Amino acid sequence: MKVIEVKGLVKRYDDFTAVAGIDLAIEAGEIFALLGPNGAGKTTTVEILAGFRAPDSGTVSVLGFDPATKGDAGRAWRNRIGIVLQTASDAGSFKVREIVKHFSNFYANPRDVDQVIEAVGLTEKQNSLVLELSGGQRRRLDVALGIIGNPELLFLDEPTTGFDPEARRAFWSLIRDLKAGGTTILLTTHYLDEAEELADRVAVITAGKIIEVSTPALLGGRSTSKATVSWLGASGLESEESDNPTAVVTRLAAQFGGEIPELVITRPTLEDTYLKMIGGQHE
Amino acid sequence: MNKVPGTFKLGLLRGQMEIIQFTRQKEAVVFTIFFPVILLVIFGSVFKDTIAPGVTFSQYFVAGMIASGLVNTGFQNIAINIPLERDMGAIKRLRGTPLPITSYFIGKAISVLASMVVQVLILLIIGVAFFGLNLPSEPNKWLTFTWLLVLGSASSTALGVAFSSVPKNGRGASAIVSPVVIILQFFSGVFFVFTQLPGWMQQVAAIFPLKWLTQGMRSVFLPDTFAAQEVAKSWESGRTALILVVWLIVGLFLAVKTFRWENK
Repeated sequence: MKVIEVKGLVKRYDDFTAVAGIDLAIEAGEIFALLGPNGAGKTTTVEILAGFRAPDSGTVSVLGFDPATKGDAGRAWRNRIGIVLQTASDAGSFKVREIVKHFSNFYANPRDVDQVIEAVGLTEKQNSLVLELSGGQRRRLDVALGIIGNPELLFLDEPTTGFDPEARRAFWSLIRDLKAGGTTILLTTHYLDEAEELADRVAVITAGKIIEVSTPALLGGRSTSKATVSWLGASGLESEESDNPTAVVTRLAAQFGGEIPELVITRPTLEDTYLKMIGGQHE
Repeated sequence: MNKVPGTFKLGLLRGQMEIIQFTRQKEAVVFTIFFPVILLVIFGSVFKDTIAPGVTFSQYFVAGMIASGLVNTGFQNIAINIPLERDMGAIKRLRGTPLPITSYFIGKAISVLASMVVQVLILLIIGVAFFGLNLPSEPNKWLTFTWLLVLGSASSTALGVAFSSVPKNGRGASAIVSPVVIILQFFSGVFFVFTQLPGWMQQVAAIFPLKWLTQGMRSVFLPDTFAAQEVAKSWESGRTALILVVWLIVGLFLAVKTFRWENK
């Protein structure tokens, strides 16, 4: 079943085209990442899918409804989705538990308040004021408010920006738990490792267009690209690109009669592939 | 599957949160609740004359302060706070949930009414204790007082939400909203006896709700003999109610039509 289906989506702001005709199809239960540099159109896409903005053209279906004109289905539709937008600074004078409890009242079948607070690792902070939280803790509260309604579909817009490595690992494990519980997740990120770690499929987006949709392992023909074999030859450092590095190494071993000096075999990292794809626009 | 909770029930829960939020912002509490008291202390100490037989200026001024408290707490606070809430992403977050926008408005109105009740109590206690304020004894005056407070809170809230679309962002909101309120207070006879103002000021003021709220509050706190000194030689209670209801409807219509969840 398709949870999200988008065809020919376009969104312009005055002279600037933020989204220049994208197609997407996201299946129930998958984690789908929109990966791209800042300004690529990720947030605009998410905000259209979450019903915050109307597109200029194209068709959009999210959980069977057009988010822009869902009409009477509005509240029932919102009841089924959770949204974590980019950084907000609201709710400062509420306590953590107070605000999570309050948001739980909005939904027909909310999750247990204490379990959600525990899942995002804020149990010790539950009686602290929101304005006393660190940046990472605040972001985890955003996630708590996004999942308290027990959504079928969760939007996460750059969820881990500003996290330290430990907090990111904890966050990733939370997202995997949500997936295990059957939640479909659309995630935007400009972190490659995040997309690689979490996503079942990745769409690389740049300048408002999707340039490839793939699994992280196959992105940019990465699994089939040539390996580089390098070694210290008679005239200094030598290297050779090959589809069959083992054959090259065997040949070299015969040539050197054993150990090959300073042998290194490399394949392009996801980062190399990605940077090549977005044409050096990564900042 | 359970149903999504009702709009009014969520409105009450929003009201509770708005009140919690308000009471934790100490400066806002002090300013909103005690500012009318401070003004009463200043004006009550400066003007010790009677403005009519048996009517002290303090008596007149308390009526005006309660009426303008409705405008400060409702219209002014809300028209300044909603742009700030937009800046902070609070409204955008709520919009992403099944919370109906009506519940958000109801919550605002409830917090205005709650703050007004506290404000009025403090103002009346200080007035009686230090400035010789006489409280009305007739039950029907308290009935008038009650409907003025409820209708005044509702229309002031609705107009505040409607006007919150005017400021572009939270930083500029106060500079745009406050002058409107201060001018309205001078024109509407809060600080001076209304009938002593120039005719054109009286006519401008008569378009807006504050003039009618102050006149309504005078009908509660001043003796009925004073009615003869009003512009129409009467309290005009019926017309006051009608004009407040019209402004409530206009406010609600504009609020729903112009409400934005983020700043331009």
